[in-house]
Amino acid sequence: MLTYTIRRLAFAVPTLLVISFLIFGILDLAPSDPTAQLPLTIPPEVREKIRLSLGLGDPFIVRYFKWLVQFMVNEPLNILEQWTGWTIGDGERLRVLSWQTRSPVVDLIVQRMPQTLWVVGMSYVVGIVIAIPIGVISAYRQYSWFDQFGTLFSMVGFSIPTFFTGLLFIVIFSVTLGWLPSIYDTTLVVEDWDSFVAQVKQMIMPTMVLGLYNASQLSRFMRASVLDNLNQDYVRTARAKGMTEKVVLLIHVLRNSMIPVVTVIALNLPQVFGGAIITEQIFRVNGLGQLLIGAIEGGDIPTVQTLTFIFAVLIVVFNLIADVLYGILDPRIRYD
Amino acid sequence: MPLADGAPLSRAPAADPAGEAPVLEVDRLEVVFDTRGGAVHAINGVSFSVRPGELLGVVGESGSGKSVTMMSALDLLPSPPARRTGGAIRYQGRDVSSMGPKALRKLRGGDIGFVFQDPMTSLNPVFTVGYQICEPLRAHLGLSRKQARKRAAELLAMVGIPSPEARLDDYPHQFSGGMRQRVMVAIALSCEPRVIIADEPTTALDVTIQAQILDLVRDLRHRTGAAIVWVTHDLGVIAGIADRVAVMYAGQIVEEAPVAAIFAGPRHPYAAALLETIPDVEGERPERLTTIPGQPPILRAPPAACAFAPRCAHAFDRCHAQNPPLADDGTGHKAACWLRPETVAAAEAGEGAR
Ligand SMILES: Nc1ncnc2c1ncn2[C@@H]1O[C@H](COP(=O)(O)OP(=O)(O)OP(=O)(O)O)[C@@H](O)[C@H]1O
Ligand code: SF4
Ligand SMILES: [Mg+2]
Repeated sequence: MLTYTIRRLAFAVPTLLVISFLIFGILDLAPSDPTAQLPLTIPPEVREKIRLSLGLGDPFIVRYFKWLVQFMVNEPLNILEQWTGWTIGDGERLRVLSWQTRSPVVDLIVQRMPQTLWVVGMSYVVGIVIAIPIGVISAYRQYSWFDQFGTLFSMVGFSIPTFFTGLLFIVIFSVTLGWLPSIYDTTLVVEDWDSFVAQVKQMIMPTMVLGLYNASQLSRFMRASVLDNLNQDYVRTARAKGMTEKVVLLIHVLRNSMIPVVTVIALNLPQVFGGAIITEQIFRVNGLGQLLIGAIEGGDIPTVQTLTFIFAVLIVVFNLIADVLYGILDPRIRYD
Repeated sequence: MPLADGAPLSRAPAADPAGEAPVLEVDRLEVVFDTRGGAVHAINGVSFSVRPGELLGVVGESGSGKSVTMMSALDLLPSPPARRTGGAIRYQGRDVSSMGPKALRKLRGGDIGFVFQDPMTSLNPVFTVGYQICEPLRAHLGLSRKQARKRAAELLAMVGIPSPEARLDDYPHQFSGGMRQRVMVAIALSCEPRVIIADEPTTALDVTIQAQILDLVRDLRHRTGAAIVWVTHDLGVIAGIADRVAVMYAGQIVEEAPVAAIFAGPRHPYAAALLETIPDVEGERPERLTTIPGQPPILRAPPAACAFAPRCAHAFDRCHAQNPPLADDGTGHKAACWLRPETVAAAEAGEGAR
């Protein structure tokens, strides 16, 4: 298991290098100009100087390697220094700079990360917490009214896009009922009970919108997995041994049914960041999604490159996590 | 040939010489499967019983309903598609279907041990073998974790698994098919049940292991007086261990008799044909293994005629018009064939009573 994980990690490095090259290359083809946003009065010579100062005079390959070193070596070292308080080298390193703000992209990401993690993370947890019981009960009581309702719920949840449910929630809970704020206030700091309540309130809608979407998908998957296992011979054996239905369902069946579901949960997690991009727009959560959209609109290539690459890293990492979890949950899988 | 004494004896099993009451009785069991293609009448009035210490062999072709009968006895069939449409199961005289869930659980695994047909899929793949053996020990005998583990190791040793202590922590996929079947036997025997139902327990095993398992079961029977229902294709095995044999066809018992009697003279043409299919171990080997031509029927309705008639060399008019009842000739040898006078007499008595 350990050697397998290490081997997979070793494989991940060339994979990510290829991905980074593709991302960098494709985005480099975009006809974006870092000076396009600047006032028209700036003369062309100055513009050219700005371009050169941003390193755009170098050939593509040189720029790629610079970016790679900045992102892969300099930024991690910076983060390490910040966390540990050490000083490694002279501490003066070139960083990936945003064209729009001229500040390091990683600093922007670090600023925006918590909001996204809260919304995405909570929505995923909410999705799992809703989906698993629904899936188990739907399968155990197949074709019951509960199951029918669950089917309807997931059909609706899955087929309506989050931007629609998001707007619907806003119309109902913010505009009509006035219960929840329609805009996510990032400046809110939780320090007492009132601010905590405010934080919970503003998180409810974005979390639920994404969470219900996740749940609708996951509950179907869970149901199918449990149904599949309920028909297995070992379930009959467990009953023949005189186990209670609770033990049969929640120990024997659930444990087996979770194997594929956990994998799907891990594999889907990066996609949820994608979903968050839309949800963040609707609820004005200024997280990574908004950062990305803003960067795309402003033609801020370094920010887009870095964010896209981070998403790619997440996908590769969660693929690995899914595989390892599979091996842990299913004793039949041996990777060595 | 003494005539039958009236009512079909399958309804009221005769008192045995030892006078002991049956521990498990299956009484006119009927099971229907609701499938997409319509109802399938898998079991059509099966009755049998076993007394403590007795070993009943149940034989029949594939699809004759052996497994369905046994699972139905413990209410283990998934419903839907299975539906019990008639009959009763009694354990020590108590009706199983009227038991509460708690009593039923005590019955399952505690009083009645079940060995399933397919050892490859009957164990849970994600739990260790030790865990799976300990489960009933803890639930029925109330053993502590440590006690259960000790007992589980003893059980594995008993069924002939080498280094049992260490193997408790292995998963089912680390065992061969034969070893898994031994684990299944160990689970079935774990709580010293009064009845053991073994559904083709040795089919997956090679001959030496078969013999070991048979010895084990025989030993248990003598030691604890457990009753055993042994389902098999292999009449050779039956001849060696059974006290009585029941032959099943199309969800019915077509012949039931003490083992010596049935091997000396099978009365139902199907039973006779089955006996011919076993290679004679002692005498001359036949040129080739004989099989019965034709296929067992899939019954869309309860049988209105002899279900064996399409394949029977002796079939005549009545066979196609009426289903022969199982009748005792007074010696404990029962058959359901219109060629048998006791069957004819039982049918007449039954009609007279109506
Ligand atoms: N799940 C099911 N759905 C529909 N019909 C079924 C189902 N299970 C069993 N049957 C029917 O019950 C009949 C008896 O099956 P059963 O498994 O009891 O046979 P068997 O005697 O145990 O055969 P084998 O020797 O192959 O184990 C089958 O012929 C089939 O028609
Ligand atoms: S009743 Fe008729 S068809 Fe059936 S077994 Fe006897 S002789 Fe053959
Ligand atoms: Mg069977």
